[in-house]
Amino acid sequence: MATNAAVINEQLVTADGVPLRTSLARAQRRNRLRALSLVLPLFLFIAITFFWPIVDMLFRSVENQLVGEVMHRSAPLLQDWDESSGELPDETVFAALAEDFKEARETKTSGKVGRRLNYEKPGFSGLFRKTARKAPKLEAPFKDAFIKADKKWGKVEMWQVFKRESTPYTISYYLAAMDMGYGDTGEIARNAENKRIYMKLFWRTVWISLLITALCLLLAYPISYLLSVLPVAKSNLLIILVLLPFWTSLLVRTTAWIALLQQEGVINDIVVWLGFVADDNRLQMIHNRTGTIIAMVHILLPFMVLPLYSVMKTIPPSYMRAAKSLGATPFTAFVRVYIPNTIAGVGAGAILVFILAIGYYITPALVGGQSGTLISNFIAFHMSSSLNWGLAAALGSILLAVVLALYFIYDKIVGFDNMKLG
Amino acid sequence: MKYLLKHTLIATSVAATMGLATAAHAETEMVVVSWGGAYTASQQKAYHEPYMAANSDVKIINDDSAGEAVAKLRAMNEAGNVTWALVDMVASDAILLCEEGLLEEIDHDTALAAAPDGTLASEDFGDMIVSPCYIPQIVYSTTFGYRTDLVKEAPTSINDIFDLEKIPGKRSLEKKPINNLEWALIADGVSPDEVYDILETEEGVDRALAKLDTIKDSVIWWDKGAQTPQLLADGEVVIGSTYNGRLFSVIEEEKQPIAMMWDWQVFDLDGWVIPKGAPHREEVAKYLTFATDTQRLADQAKYISYGPARASSAPLVGKHADLGIEMSPHMPTAPDNAKNTLLYNYEFWADNRDDLTERFNSWLAQ
Repeated sequence: MATNAAVINEQLVTADGVPLRTSLARAQRRNRLRALSLVLPLFLFIAITFFWPIVDMLFRSVENQLVGEVMHRSAPLLQDWDESSGELPDETVFAALAEDFKEARETKTSGKVGRRLNYEKPGFSGLFRKTARKAPKLEAPFKDAFIKADKKWGKVEMWQVFKRESTPYTISYYLAAMDMGYGDTGEIARNAENKRIYMKLFWRTVWISLLITALCLLLAYPISYLLSVLPVAKSNLLIILVLLPFWTSLLVRTTAWIALLQQEGVINDIVVWLGFVADDNRLQMIHNRTGTIIAMVHILLPFMVLPLYSVMKTIPPSYMRAAKSLGATPFTAFVRVYIPNTIAGVGAGAILVFILAIGYYITPALVGGQSGTLISNFIAFHMSSSLNWGLAAALGSILLAVVLALYFIYDKIVGFDNMKLG
Repeated sequence: MKYLLKHTLIATSVAATMGLATAAHAETEMVVVSWGGAYTASQQKAYHEPYMAANSDVKIINDDSAGEAVAKLRAMNEAGNVTWALVDMVASDAILLCEEGLLEEIDHDTALAAAPDGTLASEDFGDMIVSPCYIPQIVYSTTFGYRTDLVKEAPTSINDIFDLEKIPGKRSLEKKPINNLEWALIADGVSPDEVYDILETEEGVDRALAKLDTIKDSVIWWDKGAQTPQLLADGEVVIGSTYNGRLFSVIEEEKQPIAMMWDWQVFDLDGWVIPKGAPHREEVAKYLTFATDTQRLADQAKYISYGPARASSAPLVGKHADLGIEMSPHMPTAPDNAKNTLLYNYEFWADNRDDLTERFNSWLAQ
């Protein structure tokens, strides 16, 4: 059979004598290339604005070339020093360090190194600033000269940090992001109780996001159902009520919630006026977790309503009637016929809301107080204020990993094939 | 016809190109980054407008992104494309960026005008020059405002912030260790000269946080300077910390029942820096000499209640441009306000900011 087909293929040629199969393949390749060239701009756009920043972020979370580059004489020598000996490095290291400082003073790079090491141990920033100022006057014997310039150079633990962070790659940002660090003898250990913060925030971010997703689903399901069964004229009007806040500035909506929820706000005024709570015991609904949850549920609600609505719109009313005519109670028909048909919309809405919630930061920053801030607030803080971009990148990478992990769990449970975005 | 059309086209395009070229020549567009709002407005009136009136070839464009300036400047520097000519920032950020080598160093005596009596700029600014890259403009302070109608007894000292019996109700504090730890220690009885020595120790930080613990449940933490005035106006808090200029505007311009509590206000500076690799260096140098002279710094105080950073400007501070009230009693540096003051300790916070912020945030999250 196979040989027969081959014979037939060989016999089939186009007008210019090229075998048909080759000619067809060529024509198809041309079409495919043309199609590809149409997609190429979008592909490049995504590569540059989406994939590259992620790669850059992942790289930044481990990159650590600065110390080794600036301190290029002393750092390699330091690798031979035994940090567990309890002794300071020898004179050759100090001499090389003096050269490094003289050069770094000229190129104005010592401050950067000081800042970098200060993330690991407070005091480095000042130490490098002071030493760079005195660098031109450093003379042999260098060890004594350095310790005279600042007594911190005589402390072994400063040198341990210096040696550890002079390698081109580091895990210390990830350690910091997981509330861990190096102990006195160089072992990795959890931070003291009063310095742990990020892991707590990761869990808080995940569970608040899950809660917000659940609340959005609970609120959006009946609304979407109503929208899908109403006549078009009425449902369009209601859709506008859903979309109007969606189009309003995020900051405006957040600020509106402050005016509503605060202790001297509208809601408190009403419940006090109605006599439900005493005037001196007003409800605390904002600047805490409650505020974050209420404001975020409101802001993210349209992302749940729209996919749900688009799916419910396509479910023929005859399905429910058929179920009922076959003897199902309204409840059974709803649970066994209607809900399974909306799963695609539930899945799409849930994943949209969850992923948006997990990265939210303006709203929690404004209404979250101390118990309602999320991990993204800290990423923003390290990006724009403390300038510890390595730590920000590590926190971001962990968040990305958490999202991907949840994504795959979701795929196993619901499956992406069952998702419908609209 | 075709011939004519072609020539007309060439002629018009040549004219257009020339027109563009002369326009570009006549106007240097200088992007100046500042804080926006009332602050940029005060700079616009005191510095930019008179300068542009005298130099018609320069156009100053305000960019209100000083809040993210540190991160953006670093990103611009990494990308090798600095578009900002001049940036307004607080001293601690300027020190940080100067150390990172992202700012131009300035020779204050040659770059800036001397005082009218001939005092050199470096002497006139004095201690305010906290970094070789920095040209201070104003002294501002972080201090307290309280609702006169919601407190039974007016607060008079920093101890009252921590006294829930005397001043019951919510208070707002900045969501940062800076200033709060110092205030907590002073209220706990530490002598102000020793505050930073004590904060350097683990026990000192514990002590400050323990003091803050006593009011933790009654604190609303703010991120942005505008929050406390709003919280006060809404009656959400009875007392709160913020920048003194914000309080001035809510008290004097918006006539809210709020008063100042200046005890242990913390002085800080705001001023100019020139990013390394910034465009229009020559024009910027000219502008800076003008905008930081004695009269101009005094003029800015007509629009906002921040003290001029030059010693020689203080006697020239006059009345508010719109309200017509005398400005000198509203300056943080006025003798009545400055009985107890603390100067932001740049060295200490440069070393300890990362570490103490971590401690503070962990304490907040508990």
